[in-house]
Amino acid sequence: MISLSPTDLVLASSLIALDAGVSIALRLQLHRQLSWAATRMVIQLIAVGFILRFIFALNNPLATLAIVVVMGAIAAREIAARPVRKFRGLAGLAISGATVGLATLVTAILALTTAIRPHPWYDPRYAVSLVGIILGSVLNSGSLALDGIVGGVWRERTAIEAQLGLGVDFRTATLPLLREALRRGLLPIINQMSAAGLITLPGIMTGQIIAGMDPMEAVKYQILLMFLLAGASGVAALVVAELALRRLSDTRQRLRVDRLK
Amino acid sequence: MAEGGGLRVEGLKSALAGPFTLEVARGAVLAISGASGAGKSLFLRMVADLDPNEGEVGLNGVSRASLPANQWRRRIPYVAAESGWWAQTVHDHFAPNQLDRARSLAERLGVGAAPFDGPVDRLSTGERQRLALVRAFILDPPGLLLDEPTGPLDPVSVQKVEVFLQERLAAGTAIVLVSHDPAQGARLGARRMRMVDRKLQPEATA
Repeated sequence: MISLSPTDLVLASSLIALDAGVSIALRLQLHRQLSWAATRMVIQLIAVGFILRFIFALNNPLATLAIVVVMGAIAAREIAARPVRKFRGLAGLAISGATVGLATLVTAILALTTAIRPHPWYDPRYAVSLVGIILGSVLNSGSLALDGIVGGVWRERTAIEAQLGLGVDFRTATLPLLREALRRGLLPIINQMSAAGLITLPGIMTGQIIAGMDPMEAVKYQILLMFLLAGASGVAALVVAELALRRLSDTRQRLRVDRLK
Repeated sequence: MAEGGGLRVEGLKSALAGPFTLEVARGAVLAISGASGAGKSLFLRMVADLDPNEGEVGLNGVSRASLPANQWRRRIPYVAAESGWWAQTVHDHFAPNQLDRARSLAERLGVGAAPFDGPVDRLSTGERQRLALVRAFILDPPGLLLDEPTGPLDPVSVQKVEVFLQERLAAGTAIVLVSHDPAQGARLGARRMRMVDRKLQPEATA
């Protein structure tokens, strides 16, 4: 493997300077944002590198669990923050937390105990990386589906209540919204799978190939990952949409938009 | 509770309105007037169980609490002042086996075949309102909660709707309607009440 030296990175950072130069020349007003984002990226990644090195060295299931939980909590917060209208109180966080927990646990444990099977199965090198990838998909699908339900219910509230007022049950009245939200939640992974290898070389595969792995081995990993991500996306979209709809109704099948801010 | 006929409301209240206690017999109509924001729609929505509330409500001897909410609303539909639509065309809002009746009822209320088969967003406000009423009327419910049912209608259409309401009343339906027109209440033979500050009181000059 070719190790990168700090000089290599500094050299590459000149491309950011190029972007900033364009921004200044064309008055895009983006150079500040750009350099701030680049700085953040560097600091975040270096910090993560140290944390991962530390966790890998510990090789302790509790430490692994702790970092996985922190990553999940951040993803849950992001999902809950997406819709323009948010749930009052802690309901939004509870919904996204349950979604992240369920979707990630199911797929990560499936992968770690069947296909990948590291020794021990909680080996942080595998567990943390896998959870990180899965969380990306869960975040994507979960936030799109949640936004679809909350935004859709708000937009269609008059139409939903018109149906409820005529004795249509809540589930039937909101079924088109549920379908639409699930569709939105699953689109990214469908795109990702159909583009894989043709339009984009998936990041994991690229990384493994650069790190010296045989392309076919890397491809097998990538295929496994895509299936895992598809599963995680599906579970995340379904769980978040279902929980959000439940929160937006009650035992008397009312439409509770008063539970949104 | 709720023995005998008609709509019985007992101690119906929420954080926002009430308490309300009243009866509307079978074939009788209660017309509620009052300033906007006084709580007229709130009251209808509470009876329909669309807003959180407590209290006893029953219709023709059947207690609301004994029924799933959707079955309750099926028996006493609530038609809001602003009609809601959930499909592209008007006829998509009716089950196939309801279509013929819906069409002829719409025609009786003065909405022709062209709007009925067209997209919802081409309808005038008055057409929308009448078609929203048709959606409730074809359920043949024993009760009706109508929020300004003839608000946006021209006098001819108002009369058509009222004739139909009279028929429903003769058939034993209990109706509660919100109306700003005292003459409408009189034409329908309604008991009239006024909503003031989220409480109902008998109309002063009834």
